[in-house]
Amino acid sequence: MSTNIKKLTLGGCCVIALSLGIANAVEAGSNYGHKYGFGTPASAADISKIDIDVMPDGRGAPPGQGTYAEGKKVYAATCAACHGADMAKPVKGTGAAPLRGGRGTLTSGKPKKTVESYWPYASTLFDYTKRAMPFYEPGSMNDNDIYAVVAYILAEGGIISKDTVMNAKTLANVKMPNRNGFISDPRPDIFLYD
Amino acid sequence: MSKKTDLDGYDAKTRRMMKGMAAAENRALAARAEEECECKEGMFPSIGRRGFLAAAGAAGAAALVTRGANAAAPPGAMDYPVQKDPTSEQGRLTSADGGYGSRSQFESEVRWRFPTATKESSWTMVPLDKSQGIITPSGLHFERHHGGIPNIDPAKHTLIVHGMVNQARKYTMADLMRFPSISRQHFIECSGNGLTEWKKPYLKTVQGTHGLTSTSEWTGVPLSTILREVGVKDGAGWILAEGGDAAVMTRSVPLDKCWSDAMLAYAQNGEALRPEQGHPLRLLLPGYEGNTHIKWLRRIEVSDKPFMSREETSKYTDLLNGGKARQFSFTMEAKSVITYPSGEMKLPGAGFYELTGLAWSGRGKVRRVDISTDGGASWGLAQLQTPIQSICHTRFRFPWHWDGKPAILQSRCQDETGYTQPTIKQLVAVRGLDGHAKFGSIYHLNGIQSWGVDSDGSVKNVHKY
Repeated sequence: MSTNIKKLTLGGCCVIALSLGIANAVEAGSNYGHKYGFGTPASAADISKIDIDVMPDGRGAPPGQGTYAEGKKVYAATCAACHGADMAKPVKGTGAAPLRGGRGTLTSGKPKKTVESYWPYASTLFDYTKRAMPFYEPGSMNDNDIYAVVAYILAEGGIISKDTVMNAKTLANVKMPNRNGFISDPRPDIFLYD
Repeated sequence: MSKKTDLDGYDAKTRRMMKGMAAAENRALAARAEEECECKEGMFPSIGRRGFLAAAGAAGAAALVTRGANAAAPPGAMDYPVQKDPTSEQGRLTSADGGYGSRSQFESEVRWRFPTATKESSWTMVPLDKSQGIITPSGLHFERHHGGIPNIDPAKHTLIVHGMVNQARKYTMADLMRFPSISRQHFIECSGNGLTEWKKPYLKTVQGTHGLTSTSEWTGVPLSTILREVGVKDGAGWILAEGGDAAVMTRSVPLDKCWSDAMLAYAQNGEALRPEQGHPLRLLLPGYEGNTHIKWLRRIEVSDKPFMSREETSKYTDLLNGGKARQFSFTMEAKSVITYPSGEMKLPGAGFYELTGLAWSGRGKVRRVDISTDGGASWGLAQLQTPIQSICHTRFRFPWHWDGKPAILQSRCQDETGYTQPTIKQLVAVRGLDGHAKFGSIYHLNGIQSWGVDSDGSVKNVHKY
């Protein structure tokens, strides 16, 4: 589009361009249709070093796998100090969130939001653990350990069976209890317009 | 203040947060009472030096140590000798500050921190009671960190833009600064601002009730410029913005917002971003809830779908009565608050006062602000300080002759879309209550704030519809 504007202007149609209010757009930074070209191409290696996100459909989930039994060990060594041995009662003063329990409380007077009761996607559990856990050594867990601890947390929450081996494929197939618990934002929701 | 009945209906985590915030505010207030008489500087409250120590808690001692020779000065100030008569001797030497100035040692207002379990994941509130104009001093801008404040060398920082683009590219800070830049004044408000105030008046001061909003002049590159450079592929609809902090904070943002007014900001109020605000680079999404303005920005991935990060599923979603939660509630709706007089101030007597405060809207310009001094029975038009800018704090003022009788002060703003700020009761009726006191959602409170003035001049946080 910018290229067309440039042709217009060069073609002597300045008056038309101005009257359409697009002459300013040309001056304000379209760079006459060309790119500035600053920066450098990002290599696959550049990207893979920091591209750690995992999406609900499994995109981004790395190779590897983990079992409930392995996850139990990982949890005890890496997570229990803050999230508590049973996942439902975090250790006081750590700021950790409860991971298990709370199903059926979202409509009660005291909703208890946990991975089990509230999180809509299992991918988020892998993604968040990989990027930010454990709190004082974020990014220190390997992918197999993360798959394993995800398997352990989800099985303890009664969402998957204890024999489910967690990997990129099974992660995307997990159906979280509150999967359909989210709606889009309709605001404004109060109408006091003049 | 924190009677158990006030907290019924909030979830356990919210109850803990509210108790903690009340405790922090009380510590700051207690220290203030000890330090200052009521009449100091008229009736403006402030947190004195001891107040800082109390507010900072155990960290206070460490902070003093690191300030070394200036241990006696408040944060952000240097301790200089106070002259008996500055007209009878020379003042201190030019450039004695090393070339970067500091505020007067007599000015001591500070942010106070909500006492979360960890100091890495925490937030601080702006002392709005003393605010003037619309700009928040960079050192007083509210903070919300999820993994502490990283210390990043801008010479080594890069932004990678990839995903559904024609060519993935990597930008150094020097690269980004070569692009044509823009400067805009915008507020950023945390969607948790006011989270304690849904059910009953809970915190006492405007710093506590409204201190999670700030306005700065931001300078940077329009994100649209960068999207044009990399070329966005058909079918793209969202981006993921990712920070380089210990939380590796991530939020999904609709692509349309990125093409309209999103900015990659590297400067704040005329200088590089403060570390607490994302130095060297942050995303700025005018009008969106604060959490989406990803700080320490290191990566943008273009995609067809949202990424469903923890911060947009487990957190920052609005659980409603009925058990469903609103997701991607981005826009901060029109809101206002009287900052002077406000909670815990004391008017010295009947007479003239200029009421003043701030109004803002994530949907554009503030069109008008109405003021009531009788709890909403009658309203008068406030004067708005020009220029009025879009998605920016707007200062309002209103002359008031106080007759010395009890009064309830309220402000109500309307933005250029015609949306008018509701009462808290109206919000609760739609989102939070079905007669059983259910409060799943603590975010996005933009209700009218009421300050009760007693006949003795004391000002208190009250609810009045």
